[in-house]
Amino acid sequence: MVTKLPKVDVVTTGMGWTGGIIAAELTKAGYKVVGLERGVERTIEDYLHGHDELKYNIHKELMQKLTKDTITFRNTLDEEAKPVRDENALVVGTGTGGGGAHWGGQTYRYFPYDFEIRSKTIEKYGESKIPEGVTIQDWGLTYDEIEPYYSKFEQMAGISGEVDPLAGPRSIDYPTPPLKKLTQMKMFHEAAEKLGYHPFVVPTANVSEAYTNPDGETLNACQYCAFCGNYGCEYGAKADPIVTVIPTAKKTGNFELRTNSLVTRVLYDGKKATGVLYKDTRTGEEFEQPADVVVLTSYIFNNVRLLLLSGIGKQYNPKTGEGVIGKNYTDHHTITGAIGYFEEKKFNSYIGTGSLGSAYNDFNADNFDHSNFDFIHGGQIEMHLMGNEPIANNLVPMGTPMWGKEFKKNSLHYFYRNLMVVSQRAILPHKNHYLDLDPTYKDDNGDPLIRVTFDYTEHDHKRNEFLVEKCAEVVKEMGADIIDTIPMSEHFGGRFTFQHDAGGVIMGDNPDNSAVNNYLQMWDVDNLFVCGASAFPHFGPTNPTPTVGALTYRASEGIIQFLKNGGGQLNTAK
Amino acid sequence: MSEHEKKNPILNKRSSRRTFMKNSGLTVGGLVLGGAIGSLVIGKQENTTKAVDGKTHTVVDYSDTRQFFVRQKDFDALSAATEIIYPEDEHGPGAIALGAPYFIDKQLASPWGSNADDYRKGPFQKGDTPLNKSEILLQGVRKLNEVAEKEHDGTVFKDLTQEQQIAILTTFEAGKVEMELVSSAAFFGLLRTLTLQGCFSDPLYGGNKNMAGWKMKEFPGAQMSYTAYLDKDEFVSIEPISLGGHTKH
Repeated sequence: MVTKLPKVDVVTTGMGWTGGIIAAELTKAGYKVVGLERGVERTIEDYLHGHDELKYNIHKELMQKLTKDTITFRNTLDEEAKPVRDENALVVGTGTGGGGAHWGGQTYRYFPYDFEIRSKTIEKYGESKIPEGVTIQDWGLTYDEIEPYYSKFEQMAGISGEVDPLAGPRSIDYPTPPLKKLTQMKMFHEAAEKLGYHPFVVPTANVSEAYTNPDGETLNACQYCAFCGNYGCEYGAKADPIVTVIPTAKKTGNFELRTNSLVTRVLYDGKKATGVLYKDTRTGEEFEQPADVVVLTSYIFNNVRLLLLSGIGKQYNPKTGEGVIGKNYTDHHTITGAIGYFEEKKFNSYIGTGSLGSAYNDFNADNFDHSNFDFIHGGQIEMHLMGNEPIANNLVPMGTPMWGKEFKKNSLHYFYRNLMVVSQRAILPHKNHYLDLDPTYKDDNGDPLIRVTFDYTEHDHKRNEFLVEKCAEVVKEMGADIIDTIPMSEHFGGRFTFQHDAGGVIMGDNPDNSAVNNYLQMWDVDNLFVCGASAFPHFGPTNPTPTVGALTYRASEGIIQFLKNGGGQLNTAK
Repeated sequence: MSEHEKKNPILNKRSSRRTFMKNSGLTVGGLVLGGAIGSLVIGKQENTTKAVDGKTHTVVDYSDTRQFFVRQKDFDALSAATEIIYPEDEHGPGAIALGAPYFIDKQLASPWGSNADDYRKGPFQKGDTPLNKSEILLQGVRKLNEVAEKEHDGTVFKDLTQEQQIAILTTFEAGKVEMELVSSAAFFGLLRTLTLQGCFSDPLYGGNKNMAGWKMKEFPGAQMSYTAYLDKDEFVSIEPISLGGHTKH
């Protein structure tokens, strides 16, 4: 039996960054919002006893348990997908804060090139430059259009940063100064400058000094304690929905948070979404929550899955190219680069934050001429000091056995004598990479799991080989005695270890190529908005959260407009 | 090991047995005892400490007791294998002295050992083991003894020479040992992972005894802030602290 509840203005499905931003903005505008969250409510007090590598970094305490559901994965269309069974291999946040509890806090913007990737590539190099099967498209909004929303996200989250001279123009500086440069970062800057590149201190949500945001929420100064990515911050020094947007929503009196509430369907009458069906995860009791506007604010897998289970939109078919739901899935999990071992140096590498570090973008986006390369886009060259933890960090130069006397000797010797320079790079969509419902595996409710079909293309490998060489170049310039490069494996192995997936409900300028418009409003269903990296038509070169946050701020404006207008499409298809 | 010892299997056994006992770190009344046997027969290791009131108190550590492994022979094989993976040497203690075998025993007895957070629904496809972690480890350590006894005239794994133990573990790592419903490579990978976790996780889990793993690595443990050291170009060595140390200070 389903209990039908009184109708509200807006209902969200998850209380991470996207649910939190929607809740804050809509409640401030006077609308009633119910936030449904499958996990528990967290406060920073929950993180006071949290400096425990085994519990948080290895056993993923903050993440969704895979007991009830997971995803399945395969490389190619003709394979049978296997479920991701190991908790360690699928990192998806749960509980209030969601991914915003365990993130490291790297907050780069994407480049003007990203938003108009197809037009700009064709304009400069001609259409033949786009590799066969690569389904890149413009995002339906330009960098200049998204810029105010990036700023809004950065001001809310107190981002500490230094301006990247090669990034898109900014309307306002970062709200707090960059984190301090440690010795390793000074070496990186010196080496990069010698090579003629443009290094900057990485922008971060690990806030450098106490800061009160425009909503009146205060973030504290980061202590560089190194228990950061995969951990929650007990200081409230890492921007997290539980110390920013969720308290903002609560203060208005217009917000109701319901935890242990798993949304299983969007209720859809063929024209509009009438609400959602959800289940109390403890009792199994089912509820219908009617709403004028339904906003999907889960991680991308559940955003896509809810649409498919609810019969909304048309499933993408890789063989015919028809349909858009599930299209342009991209995975961003393999990061490669170069490790340098230094005999004469011993760094204080126990110090770190989720995103302390330096980077440069001379080989990113279209910041360099691709005429002589057989790939497009690129990646960021970056060095992070996240704090070497003793279980996870036992690096040894290549050729050292992985156990026994020699391993012990080298792993102890090099523990504080290594640096890693990596490249996060763009991942472009391919016609064969997509999400759909698995034909075999199900969750505890008997609903099919999401199936991922993804692999690296030849084009990904070319881009990657180029970037690995660039990583090794700066490690060499820094004076490393031994340099080991980390190659990309031939095939994607199905480890989804830091919540960087995108696509499936992509944005664009018309319903033929996209599921949502540039307000993240569904073309087919006017009162249904789908927020998250599910909207990215390709995976930009770096961490997704700032772009997710910016698009969600824009969506919140759209929803307010929609409610004021009394309905309708906010965009006209081009 | 001398040439003489290499040629004499009895000396070999004695030598490795003594090494094992020494590494187990348990001495009572001048006798060296194997960890668990010593516990059963004589009782737990006692440490006397002086408290702030000047009185002497006796602290007994009862936590080094098996929860998961019921057969001594299985636990002995596990212990010997962890010590090969992370041996005691001139740099510091090995897996046994750090408590890794007891750490592993506790982990396997915990919900983690029965994959409580993993997706366990079928069908299990080829290469996808239906066994949980405690079943893999138990089958694996029994297989270590089985292979040892078969290849070395009935000698169990713990009594082999280091070279012999390394040779056997190498075949497991390469996936060359036949196991049921799981590959020997997967067992070895799990064993290696658990051994390192037992050496370097917070002492609250029963390994990394007295933070000796962290001290050996110069890792400062569960510190709350490093802001005092941000501008230091030279290495700063900081005494480690555990989560237990947070609440007791």
